[in-house]
Amino acid sequence: MKSDIILLGHGSGGKLSHELLDTLIVPTLSGISQRDQNDAAVLAAQDGRLAFTTDSYVVDPIFFPGGNIGDLAIHGTVNDLAMAGSRPIAISVGLIIEEGLAVSALREILESMRAAARQAEVAIVTGDTKVVPRGKADKIFINTSGIGVIDHDLQITGSNAQVGDKILINGTIGDHGMAILASRESLHLESGIITDSAPLNSMVKELVEQLGCQLHTLRDPTRGGVATTLKEIALQSRVEITLQETALPVNLAVSGACAILGLDPLFVANEGKLLAFVAAEAAGQALAVMHNHVYGRQAAIIGEVTSTAAGKVRLQTSIGGLRAIEMLAGEQLPRIC
Amino acid sequence: MKHQNEYRDPALARVQLQAIRRAVAGCDRTITFMEVCGTHTMAIYQHGIRSLLPEQVRLISGPGCPVCVTPVGYVDQAVALSRRPDTIIATFGDMVRVPGSSSNLLQEQAKGATIRIVYSPLDAVTLAEKNPNSDVIFLGVGFETTAPTVAAAVLTAARKSLNNFYILCSHKTMPGPMAALAGDPELQVDGYLCPAHVSAIIGANAYLPLVSAYRVPCVVTGFEPLDVLQGVLMLARQVVAGEARVEIQYRRVVKPQGNLKARNILYQVFEPCDARWRGIGDIPNSGLQLRLEYHRFDAARRLPVEIEPAIEHQGCLCGEILKGKVRPNDCPLFRTICTPEDPVGACMVSGEGACAAEYKYGGWGLGT
Repeated sequence: MKSDIILLGHGSGGKLSHELLDTLIVPTLSGISQRDQNDAAVLAAQDGRLAFTTDSYVVDPIFFPGGNIGDLAIHGTVNDLAMAGSRPIAISVGLIIEEGLAVSALREILESMRAAARQAEVAIVTGDTKVVPRGKADKIFINTSGIGVIDHDLQITGSNAQVGDKILINGTIGDHGMAILASRESLHLESGIITDSAPLNSMVKELVEQLGCQLHTLRDPTRGGVATTLKEIALQSRVEITLQETALPVNLAVSGACAILGLDPLFVANEGKLLAFVAAEAAGQALAVMHNHVYGRQAAIIGEVTSTAAGKVRLQTSIGGLRAIEMLAGEQLPRIC
Repeated sequence: MKHQNEYRDPALARVQLQAIRRAVAGCDRTITFMEVCGTHTMAIYQHGIRSLLPEQVRLISGPGCPVCVTPVGYVDQAVALSRRPDTIIATFGDMVRVPGSSSNLLQEQAKGATIRIVYSPLDAVTLAEKNPNSDVIFLGVGFETTAPTVAAAVLTAARKSLNNFYILCSHKTMPGPMAALAGDPELQVDGYLCPAHVSAIIGANAYLPLVSAYRVPCVVTGFEPLDVLQGVLMLARQVVAGEARVEIQYRRVVKPQGNLKARNILYQVFEPCDARWRGIGDIPNSGLQLRLEYHRFDAARRLPVEIEPAIEHQGCLCGEILKGKVRPNDCPLFRTICTPEDPVGACMVSGEGACAAEYKYGGWGLGT
């Protein structure tokens, strides 16, 4: 690349665009040869149902402790496919770049995306790049869409939670949101908090294989945190959920940062966590699967589905009291993912 | 000690609850304690404390949320200022959605106003330095916990000779409203849980005149669940024994004389004035205004704007709720027309308002 910053011409479709694609984007993300580049990627027909998801990433700052907007995007789409119980097979990457972004920053982001895709064993098969004038986007926005194959007949959905189910989470809550917040300039928080952004598809594969139809619901608690996700499931499945405050895994640094800022970790975004609703008799097994996995060492059973009182989520507090959990009206923390 | 989970120990909580039950065992009437601090309002809900107390003990919320007691005209003035060209409004987060007569700051931001949420008033000074061609107006709302830091911000701006930094001042002080409420015959308050961090500044002795005039027990109480339970226990014991004293539960932070240094900074920049408390009315000497030598930082004096006539919404019971006479659930607008997404009154939208707390944590009777 001749220029060390992205110029409007890099998105125009002409020579500069080809230079950007041929020397940086395509070799880094997919390694597809020029001979095989067409307007659309063609995938082989698959046996089984297909899952399809899309996400856009506007996180600020684009580099944060433990990750960046690129690997966040790959992990996010892989995880959405995994939550449907599917095996990710293909991802698309749409980039909207603000004129003036350093090529070195773009390179680092793309390399992270390749590494993340490789770890999740999914191919980046197609994409698009646009450049907008300075001020019309904030550094870089990324859209990723993904296709996954569902190799089984199980119904793992948000409407399938049942009374008696135990609710598991694979680790500590609030890490991603607080890592983002702590790294925003104005806060001067020395916390050492890093994002939990991670691909969960291999953990989900194990859970599906070992639990089968005893695995009722999977969802990743991203924006809005664990609380919002549980509320969504309580409404979808028309059940009441009771959570145990003392069972929630929280990093001390995260709970400290939340306490200073008046935030509740239950409502803070996560990017490497899943909530699993499993039949009570399978809870021990599910916990063991998680503990055996690199992203599940601090997994815990945090609550259960207690009745058919539709849409209710209650928290039993650390001192034994009870309070309700509702969705927040607005955004606690803007531009988290 | 990390000062986190130690104050949430369930075994210790059980011991305190048993002691509270024993203390009020002989009581044949309901004992009512009022807290006057938004953080207490939230803490009580967050830990589900009401669900654990014996039936005879009732906790109500008073005018402890500084945003909730700010008159709607102040928001209208902030909105009008935000519409000025080359103006940046710097504010704590919970002010941006408080409804004014026809708009709020979040709506103004969507229409093009520059609103910056800051966590410290000193950040507003930095904004002024970095934006010399804009007027930066900090919304000064809060009690004595916050006001000293705003005073420090004014002193910093003065030292840096900034001519584009302003405060729109609506600071209020304690314990003014507590006396107004204690004297109200319609309100039966048997004791006050006094605000923790305000008291760290003003000192527990600030409540002595209240106790002598009205014979109402006052216990300065911290925010952790064990603090609140111990504060309730200390109040219950005073009531049952027929005593009326000032006690400090929050001994690790609050002294009888308070924080003299913070008060000196505060009164170097501000002086007492009469203030209007939404829902309560005018209370003499319960507000703060900038002293003469700092008038150049006063947005109200230096940046006149046309302010629309203040409209209080019909049916809004924020005033009665702030006085502890009515619970959020008793307001006909609660949860029907007035919700956090679409608030009618400040009690719903402020982060520490009684209605916001009840809405967020008190579903299905869990708050009562």
